[in-house]
Order: sequence, then C-alpha cells, then structure tokens
Amino acid sequence: MSETQTPTGEPGAASDDAPSTATAAANASPARATGRRSFLPRLTLLRHLLILVVGAALAVLLLESTELNTNIKLGNVAYLAVAAGGLTLLTGLSGQISLGHGALMAVGAYTTALMLDVERGDEPPSLFLVFLAAIAATTVVGALVGVAAARLHGPYLAGATLALAVGIPGLALYFSDTLGGEQGITVRPPERPEWFDNAVEQLSGASGRGLNDKWVAYIAVACLLVTYFFLANLMRSRMGRTWRAVRDQEVAAELAGISLGSWRVLAFVVSAAAAGLAGAVLAIVVQLAAPGSFLPVLSLSLLTAVVIGGLGSLTGALLGSALLVFLPPWLIDIGRDVFDMEEAQASQASFVVYGLLLVVTMLFAPAGLVGTVRLALLRRRAARATAAAGGR
Amino acid sequence: MTRNSRRLVSVLAAATIATTMAACGGDDDSGGGGDSSGGGGDTGTAADNEATGPGMTEDTVTIGSHYPLTGRAAPGYSEIPTGVQAYFDYVNANGGVYDRQIEWVYRDDGYNPTNTSTVVRELVLDEEVFAIMGGLGTATHNAVLDFLNTEEVPDLFVASGSSLWDDPENLPYTFGWQTDYESEGKIIGQYIAENYPDAKVGLFLQDDDFGEDGERGVRQYLDDDQIVEVQTYTSGNIDVGPQMAALQSSGADFVLGFNTPPYTALTQLAARNLNYTPQWWYSNVGSAPDLVGSLLGAFSQGAVSGASALAGIMTTAYIPTVDQVDNPWIQLFQRIWDESGQEGVLTNTRVYGMAQAYTMVQALQAAGRNPTGDDLVAAVEEAGSDWRGPSFTPFRFSTDRHAGISGMSVVQFNDQGVGEELTPLLVTDTGDADIEEYDGEPIAPPESGIPDEEAVG
Amino acid sequence: MEQFLSLTLGGVVSGSVYAAFALALVLIWRSTRIVNFAQGSMAAATTFIAVAVIDAGGSYWLALVVALLSGLVMGALIERVVIRPVEGGPELNAVIVTLGLFVAIQGIVALVAGVDERAFVPPFSKVGYEVREGFTLLSLSPNSIWTVAAVLVTMLALTALFRFTRVGLAMRASAFGQEVARLLGVRVGRMLTLGWALAAAVGALAGMLIAGDVSFVGPTFMDTLIVFGFVAAVLGGLDSPIGAVVGGLLLGLALNYVRGYLDDSLLGMASLVILVVVLLVRPGGLFSTTAARRA
Repeated sequence: MSETQTPTGEPGAASDDAPSTATAAANASPARATGRRSFLPRLTLLRHLLILVVGAALAVLLLESTELNTNIKLGNVAYLAVAAGGLTLLTGLSGQISLGHGALMAVGAYTTALMLDVERGDEPPSLFLVFLAAIAATTVVGALVGVAAARLHGPYLAGATLALAVGIPGLALYFSDTLGGEQGITVRPPERPEWFDNAVEQLSGASGRGLNDKWVAYIAVACLLVTYFFLANLMRSRMGRTWRAVRDQEVAAELAGISLGSWRVLAFVVSAAAAGLAGAVLAIVVQLAAPGSFLPVLSLSLLTAVVIGGLGSLTGALLGSALLVFLPPWLIDIGRDVFDMEEAQASQASFVVYGLLLVVTMLFAPAGLVGTVRLALLRRRAARATAAAGGR
Repeated sequence: MTRNSRRLVSVLAAATIATTMAACGGDDDSGGGGDSSGGGGDTGTAADNEATGPGMTEDTVTIGSHYPLTGRAAPGYSEIPTGVQAYFDYVNANGGVYDRQIEWVYRDDGYNPTNTSTVVRELVLDEEVFAIMGGLGTATHNAVLDFLNTEEVPDLFVASGSSLWDDPENLPYTFGWQTDYESEGKIIGQYIAENYPDAKVGLFLQDDDFGEDGERGVRQYLDDDQIVEVQTYTSGNIDVGPQMAALQSSGADFVLGFNTPPYTALTQLAARNLNYTPQWWYSNVGSAPDLVGSLLGAFSQGAVSGASALAGIMTTAYIPTVDQVDNPWIQLFQRIWDESGQEGVLTNTRVYGMAQAYTMVQALQAAGRNPTGDDLVAAVEEAGSDWRGPSFTPFRFSTDRHAGISGMSVVQFNDQGVGEELTPLLVTDTGDADIEEYDGEPIAPPESGIPDEEAVG
Repeated sequence: MEQFLSLTLGGVVSGSVYAAFALALVLIWRSTRIVNFAQGSMAAATTFIAVAVIDAGGSYWLALVVALLSGLVMGALIERVVIRPVEGGPELNAVIVTLGLFVAIQGIVALVAGVDERAFVPPFSKVGYEVREGFTLLSLSPNSIWTVAAVLVTMLALTALFRFTRVGLAMRASAFGQEVARLLGVRVGRMLTLGWALAAAVGALAGMLIAGDVSFVGPTFMDTLIVFGFVAAVLGGLDSPIGAVVGGLLLGLALNYVRGYLDDSLLGMASLVILVVVLLVRPGGLFSTTAARRA
C-alpha cells in the first residue's frame, strides 16, 4: 500500500486552501447559514476515502499482474486521466469547453523538464517539489486563460482554446535556447528508492529490467488516485453545486449572488492545475518534453475521452483515457495479425476504425459509456418499480 | 567526368582487389550467401546456435524500429522500412545471418515522441527485439534514448544527422549512422568559401537542430558578412513565400537550404514565381531528386522535364542515389527491390533503408554466432570503422566515438537530373576538425550482395 | 516598404484561403449550430477526387466541378446519416462526431491515395507580376487573383442566396427557429441537409484553392487550415459570410506580418492574441448580429 503514498500528494496543499475558498464562496452565497460543516457531507468524504483505498489496492493488483509494457501504458492512461478529470470538472460541471488542455499539459511538462534538467551528478529537486511547481506554473497560465475564457461561450471559447493549443508548442520553438526547440528537453527518470525494488519483489517477484518504468507507473497512478479523490470531493461539495448552477441556471445563479465570472475562472484554474500535474507526469513517463507531444490532437483526444466516457463523470474520464491508450494499438494489431496488412496500412486503417467508432458511440450511446450504463440501470430500476407497483 | 563513370572506374578497381583478397584469404564460406554461414571465418553450423537472450533465438534474430508511417512526416520516410524489409528478405532467402532469419518489426509513431516512447517499449518488452535499428527522427528518438540505454538494448544507426547520438559515455548503446549535419555544414561552407568567395549567401533553415547544426558548420568557414540573410521555417507551415521574398530582397545570390524534401520543392516553386534565380544548394536531406523532381515536373508543363527542374542545383551525398543507374550498389538494390515484390519503385529513401540494413547485417556478422546485445555493441565499436558498404566513406565508430559516416562529396545535378561530382570525397568531423580528402575509394558490393564480415573477439 | 507591400498582398491571398474555409464552417454553424471539425479532411477528400480526375486527363475546370459536386453529395450524406441523430442533442456529442469523421476520412484518403505528396498545378500561372525592374510581387499573380476573386464571388453569392431567395430565407428560418419554421411550412430537415451540402461544396472549393496555392496535396495538407480557418470564422462571428471573409483577411494579414517580421513558430500564439483581443471587445465576433441572449 505504501506505493500509493509516494510523495506526490499535491492535494495536501490544494485541499488546505479549499475550505477557505469554500468560505469565500459561502460568503457570496445567501444560503450559507451552516458554513464549513456542510462543505462536504461527512458520509461522502468517507465513501470517497473508501473508494480511494480500494482504488489503490486495485491499482497495485493491476500493476503487479500485468506485463511491464502494460505498466507503462497504464502510466499513460493515468496522466491522460488526470488531465481528462480536470476537463471533466471544467466541461462537465462548469459547462465550458476547452480544446487547449494539451497546451496546459505542455506547461506542466516543460516546468518539470526544466527543473529536472540539472548537470549529471547533481541532485535534482525532489519530485514532490517539481510537481508542485508544475501545478503552480500551469495554474498561473490557467488563470490567465480562464479570465479571458470566462467571457467567452461555446464555439468562441473553443476557437480561443484551440489557438492556445497551437500557440504554446510554438513558443517552445521560438525560445529554443531555453526550451530545447523541436527536439525538446530530455527528462531523466526519477531515481527509484530501494524499498520499492524489495516491495515489488515481494509482491510479484519482478526484478531487473524495466523496474524504472514500473516505478514511474506507480507515481503516475498515485497522482491519478490523489487527483480523483480531490476532484470527486470537489464535485460533490457545495462548490460543485455552485458550478452546476453556473452551468444550468445562469440567471438564477446570478440573482442568487453568484459571480458567474469568478466561478468560471475558478473552474478553469482547477482544471488547469490538473492538466499541469498531468503534463508533469507525462514528462517523466515519456522522459521528454517536446512540442511534438503537444499537438492540438492531444487536446482533442482529451475532449474525446471525456465525452466518450460519459460527460461529467470521473469514471467516464478514466474509461475514455484507457480507450485512447489501448484501442488504437489493439486495432493496429488486428489489422496486422488478422487481416495481414502492412504496418503502414494497418496504422491508417486503425484511424479509420477509431474515427468511425467515435461516431457510432455518439449515435448509439449519446450519454457516453458510463452515462449509458447508468441510464440503463435507472431504467431497469424504474421498470422494476413500476412492475412491483402494478403487481400490488 | 560524371559521377557515374568516375565511380564505376573506382568500383571496378575495388572489385578486383576484393576478389583477389577473397581468393587469398581462403575463407571457407561462400561469401555470406551460402546456406550455413553468416560471417567470414566462422566455422560453426546451425547446430551451434544458441538463444542468448531477448530477440536472439536459435533460428531468428529480431530487429525493431519506429517510423512515422502516418501523419505529416509520413511522406517519403514511411518508405524506409520497406527498403529495409526488402534487404532483410534477400539476406533471409540466402540463409540469413549465422543461419538465423532476421525478423524485422517496425511500428508507427506518427512522429510524436509520446507515441515513440510507447511503441519502442512495446518492441523491447513485448516483441523482445534484439536491437533497435534506424529509429527515425531527432525529437522522437530523443524520447527513448534513456530507456534503451538503461535497458541495455543496442540502439544502432539512428536515422537522423543530429549529434546527439554520438555520446558513448552517457549513451553507450546508441550509435549514429548518416553524416552529421554539422560536418555536412562544414564541407558545404568550405566549398562555398573556396569556390564562390564573392557569393552573397542566404540560409534557409528548418528551425530545429537540423538547421542549427548545419548553420554552425557553415559558419566555421563562411564569414558573417558573407552570409547576408538567414530565414527559418517551422515544419508544417507550407507558405515559404515571405522567406523567399526576404532572401531575394536581401540580395542573396546563393541560397543554402537545410530543409526537408517538400520544402525543396516549395522553395523552388516560390523562387520561380518570384523570378528569383540564385545558385541553389540543398543539404543531403532535402535533395531527394526523385521526389522533388516528380513534384516539380508537373509544373513545368512540358517546358522542362521533372529531372531537369533540378539542373544546376548543388547538394551533398554520402550514399549513392537512384539517379546513378550505373552505380553497382544501385543496381544491386534495384535487383533486390524488384525481387521483393513490394509495391512501388526504388526510391532514395528505400535505398537509405537498404544501406542501413546492409550495415546491420555487417554488425550482426561481426558480433559472432551467439552474441548478446553487449557483444553487438562491442563489435560495432571494434570493427565498425573498417566496414565498407554503400556509404562512400567509412564510419567513425570506435570505443570513444559513436558517430556515423564521416564524409561526403559535393554534387551538382546536370540537365538530365544526374548528380555530377564536383569534389573528391571529403571527410571531416564535428568541432574544429579539418576537412580532408578521403584517401580511399568507394567499394563495389560483394557478388552475393551480402557482406562478409569476420566475427570479432 | 517593398517587404511590407509583398507581405500585405500575401496576407490577402492566404487570408482568402482562410476565408474560404471559414465560409464553409459558417454555413454549417448557421444551419445546425455545429462546428465541423471534419471540414478539413472532407475538403482533402474532394481535392483528391479532383486529382484523380486530372490524372485521368480531365482539365482543372472539370476537376473543380467534380470536386464541388462530390462535396455536395458528401455533405448531404454526412448530415443525413450521422449528424441528424445528434442534432439538438448535447453540443459536445456533435463535436465528437465531427472529430471522429475527421480522423476516419483522413485515414480513408491516406489508404486510398497513399501518404505521399502530389503536385497540384493551379489553373493560372503563379509567376508574380514584376512591379518594377528586379522586384517581383509573389503574391500578385494570375492565380492569386483567381483565388481572391473566387472567394469574394462565393461570399457574395451566399449573401445573395440568404438575402434574396426563398430557399435562403427558408434556410435562415430553419437555422433560427426550427419550430417556427416548421409551422410556417418550411421543410426544416431538407434545409439542414442543404446547409451541409452547400457547406461541403464551399469546403471543396476551399480545398481546390488551397491546393493550387500551396501546389502540393497530401492527406494531411488541410490540417493547419482547420485551426486558422476556425479562428477566422470565430473572428468574423460565425454567423455571417461577410464576417468569415473579413475574419479570414484580418487573420491572413496579421499572420503574414508575424511570419515576415517575427517568426513562423509564433503563428499559433499570434492567432490566439488576435482572437482574444477581438473577442474581449466583441465577445460574439466582429460581425455578430444577435446581441448575446441569455437564459
């Protein structure tokens, strides 16, 4: 279990100031009477803690029962899911679209790469500090973008954030002396502690090759768990409700004294922080921060993950991210091994099938994967209730 | 004298020597093309084969790589692995290396470093390759350097002229292959300084290490005031009009491009539309006469043929190109390509892949019958500088250098689109190494078309 | 001064190209309130059909007609088959559908035509006019005049269609209020299909103009246009054809100055700055017709 308690816990910092923000929010809201106590129902918090523990146990089980290669893919899933989780809060809860979260990830990744870029032999700063700095830097950029974004709607916001997705990687080329240009900055993977090797050996007997990747995968998954714990609580809290009000009932919310603009900026800032952490994790997983990793297609993929998984649901975002990582290679394998295609052909064909799958999912499961399952369950329950009522 | 005829003479001479050597050497094998042997001097048989670890079984050796097969970098580059495939197929049909069939596994990374990091791990951990060969791209390959060196997977012949690959101390498993951009820049710079002392030179550079390294080399030999203008472009931005206009208005009468092939075509067209007619020089990467010629040919509307659209353009070369139909290497590769039955014609990118595959076979032979990854690396370090093959000049491999081909020749295309050699072969190195004439000659391919290297150690 | 002049004219030409792309986006936005991310690969597909016609010996003009027609058909089909079911649903679902189409169509083009670039010869000469001895204006060539003119004519034709024809009126009605339009006897479904068909045809024209302008086509040759075309459409306000053209020209000029005086790599950042500045002053774009309606 200790693996999940790696020094990555940015929530320490984040949740510390969450209550004060909540108080500020409460001040703005006329319905504050109970103050702090009602920020989050105790039961929800306990439930989320339980899920966190179970999730951590499952993660260890998953990482130890799969091949190393799958380990690193799970690391990929983890950082995509961290970013997608932030986007879920922004798009699903506060109702703002962003086609530029890939660029925010770039900010986190470059911050990480720059901080870890020390002379060989020199001790790099601790990963915890590096991640905090990455989050901080991205939060600042996110706040700037958020202020502009709060005034924009729908396609206008989409256009502006898409321009962001193209603009930020360009800066890495323009300031190539500090940011490494097209070839990027290599990131040395974090040193893994000795206890980790022992623990893994105890758990699954794995040793030797690829343990570094495993360590990185654990860090990534730990970041995912911590982020989702934090996001889940936030979404269930009064802040979450306020965001929903901002999204669904603009006028009512404004009449109730909620400042739409500040809440939209806040949503952007929180989701940018998640994107920053995601970028930091990407940097240590890929071991490189280069503009080629942050093309607009990354931002579009994140949005795809959020919607296909089921808008507004963290489980959905996780599921969507897993699809992004596992589906295309699986399709290529099928093309190559089953249909005997050339590698290049199989690659192109996988894009065709992937694209069509997106379309088909939206046509037949418009609420996304999680949403559709949830709807089906609700429907069955309703049907059963009706049947029961009719039978009586 | 055209490049072809000159080469041919030298090639004939070398062939004679090679035959004589072989006769005197009295090796017992059939030049690598036989059924039971992969390397000269090897007396073992298939029965002696042992599995030594990942990728090296009793009867197969698995080699992997990553290429952009989709996306914006796919044009041209996606053909390289098909060339490699053709050559490995040919070697396999002739008994393989030490009775092992070479299995060639490559994956698409779409030129995105994140994907490269995933697919290379897949190759190493899932497909269990023995070595990675010819991974393409500076940024993409940069993402897997640390992984491959930590996992001690030989990372041979990276397909990029960046100087990053030559770092044996920190990257003991990584080796370059093609002439690095800086050395190329030096050779070009010296040639211009000596032969066009009054030229006003304008540089057109891709804004990454390729352009930067090239410029650094050029500036070692050209004064700052002879370089009147520097224009850069970002890959993906297809409008080069402003850059060409700026070069024209700067008064540059000699334009030197460190750019990729599509940009050669784009700059040629833009300049034509501007009535701008400087002397052109494209570095090796951008010259791709077959591709550029076919692109430009469509615009000449009968006035000039595609090939002659390149007339007068200068470039640098380190391996033969498809326009040299008389070159014995091109003839060999043409025959192998035709036999492979793959779609398409032989192109320079495919020749590049085949030439890399040839070096790979040399490395496998030198590594001995049952090598580990470390043996392969040691073999390249020890014997690599002696290997001769399609490349005009030798590699710089040694225990403290992992840099590839050391030299180039300066070439100018004639009216038929055939390159004519303007200089003897020149060899140099990065930093302040001098440029010297290469004292050897290019060699002819062995009759079997398969190298025959001694196992080292 | 000379450089400024040539950058300005170049900006007008590349701006018209952005405008053509933006026009197609605006048509779809007007009819179905969807941003069509598949526009780029749809246009690449029709351009490759045109290339096939030219390869088979057809003229540029025949190829252009075929491209426009195949655009019409493709647009109508896509609207009927995959867009209709998500119309009126959550707006992001439509975005994902068009993203899926973008990926799928690009893959199909690459599978059928290969990944290699092909030469694309424009209908008119691209040799710039010589303004005075030794100074040629690259951007002032017969082909650039054709490009700009084609976009302007398309814009005028679309404006006229919406203003002065019954069909145009019906399309506008369907776009603004489907219920009301239906009550007035407008066959809304058909109008939406027509909107997509027209948009795809305009997109096909954009593809042909862009191909002629850059001279080479490949499966991904429209990719950069998706971003800049979208930004141009948003700048103009998404609702008006005139806005799309003005937005396109504005963006084209600005980006060309950035390219000429600063650096290629700053194009994305420049378009972001322009967009944010314009939208902060006018959140609905330059030519937004409706004041922001709330609740």
